[in-house]
Amino acid sequence: MSDTTAAPLPADFADLDPFADWALDTWRERYEKRLDSTMDEMQAFYDAMMPRLSEALEYCDSFDLHDLPDEARNLLLLTFSLCEASFPVEAWRQPRVPDSGSADLEMVREPPL
Amino acid sequence: MAHFPKPAEGSWTEHYPGLGTGPVSYKDSYDPDYWQQEIDAIFKKEWLCVGRVERLGRAGSYFTREFPWAKRSILVVKDREGTVRAFYNVCRHRGNKLVWDDFPNEETSGVCRQLTCKYHGWRYDLDGSLVFIQQESEFFDVDKDSLGLVPVACDVWEGFIFVNLDPEPQQTLAEALAPLADGLAGYPFGEMTQTYEVRSEIDSNWKLFIDAFVEFYHAPVLHQRQATAEESQKLASIGFEGLHYELFSPHSMVSSWGGMSPPKDPSMVKPIENLLRSGLFGPWDKPAAVNDNQDLPPLLNPSKHRAWGIDSFVLWPNFMILFWETGWYLTYTYWPLGPSKHLFETTLNFVPPENASQRASQEFAFSTFKEYAFQDANTLEATQTMIESEVVDTFMLNDQEILCRHHHAAVREQVKAGGRPASYPWMPGSENGGGG
Ligand code: FES
Ligand SMILES: [Fe+2]
Repeated sequence: MSDTTAAPLPADFADLDPFADWALDTWRERYEKRLDSTMDEMQAFYDAMMPRLSEALEYCDSFDLHDLPDEARNLLLLTFSLCEASFPVEAWRQPRVPDSGSADLEMVREPPL
Repeated sequence: MAHFPKPAEGSWTEHYPGLGTGPVSYKDSYDPDYWQQEIDAIFKKEWLCVGRVERLGRAGSYFTREFPWAKRSILVVKDREGTVRAFYNVCRHRGNKLVWDDFPNEETSGVCRQLTCKYHGWRYDLDGSLVFIQQESEFFDVDKDSLGLVPVACDVWEGFIFVNLDPEPQQTLAEALAPLADGLAGYPFGEMTQTYEVRSEIDSNWKLFIDAFVEFYHAPVLHQRQATAEESQKLASIGFEGLHYELFSPHSMVSSWGGMSPPKDPSMVKPIENLLRSGLFGPWDKPAAVNDNQDLPPLLNPSKHRAWGIDSFVLWPNFMILFWETGWYLTYTYWPLGPSKHLFETTLNFVPPENASQRASQEFAFSTFKEYAFQDANTLEATQTMIESEVVDTFMLNDQEILCRHHHAAVREQVKAGGRPASYPWMPGSENGGGG
């Protein structure tokens, strides 16, 4: 299943290709994708990622963190997006933090990947 | 039914006679005149943390900080000798803001050889001295030596850069931070350079967010749904008790238990926490820098409890450092923008990860922290508007909220004294007057 528009993933993780659009560079993009997703979409992403999470990290650990091949980097970014999607799925049952109204956070600086 | 011992007086609060135990007025958190007095007596007199030295990598590295509450902009620069200096960000020619990009009211950072004004090209060296005037001969009686940038008092403690807007600060930075300056020195801040920094403008008085972060009484309730159902029930029935509270007026600290990193039983935490080995208390696996450095600074974990999880220090007036047992630290800074508005800044600081798994653990710690911060911030606007309604004029503070009571009292003493008071009426060895 090769998709030229979405981020390429390592061949062993082709089962995650349908979720490659979660491979986003910044926290802000990942957080906004979470807010723009339905609970069904996030549940599907969570269900696909969770059983592969340990293997995915093991795979990424086999490379130098500062010199990750694109496919490994995309896979790692998927795990970061899973962090965001886990709260709606595991705790809130809705995309936003409950009662968070107009509250927002601006990311001033984040570690590059 | 205290689970952790309290002082002989029976409570943390009564350990400091003079602090009182009665209801407290929150008029100090919306009254515009009082807000201005705080600016004058506290924020224009105290050492204020503006960031870490790691932001200034080499000679010529600089960043600006906007202080709209003082109508000032500050330029922080590393000079050729490696000294961190601060100046007001204003050109001596005709007052243009010296350093800014795109929007003059936004903060910026960068590296330069000299500081050049965008307007007519006057240039300043990294030590603030004026070195070049465009068409100098057109001017009358110029003395370049007297036209350097206006300096701001600046000093560094453990890599944290502080400035003081008082042209003659009452105290040195070390004096102002005593006894924390020594008591927290030696913590490996300099190794924890993997930093996430977020900020938010919040519609509440600056003190209300400090209140929210110096008591954990709210945690089992407000943050209930972040824990697994079973855990949150347990937490709610037990409530919260601090391990230790201590006042170093005007500074203060609360020490709290941890114990979930890693948890005794995996079912106590959410599924993803088990896989990423991380959570609110940070990555479960301690970095080598902290493992190798078991000699914590003397003020940390004062009760020496084995369940110790986190110490939260308030560094007067608007800066907090949280030390996690798991080996990372967090900072909060609160900048007053008006009686009912402040800018909240927070940083999470980890030892740089060695591999992808560690990187993901840190990312999850950040993600989790941010969920909590949203909940904490959300209640503030709701509190601010209701105390402003003046339907109720005094509020109840319990023993676990001693640091809230203390911070408001310390503000009151300093406003009364017009600067840092000589003593505080609740501190041992103090008579009954706080005015200095
Ligand atoms: S205002 Fe700076 S050079 Fe004229
Ligand atoms: Fe909280």
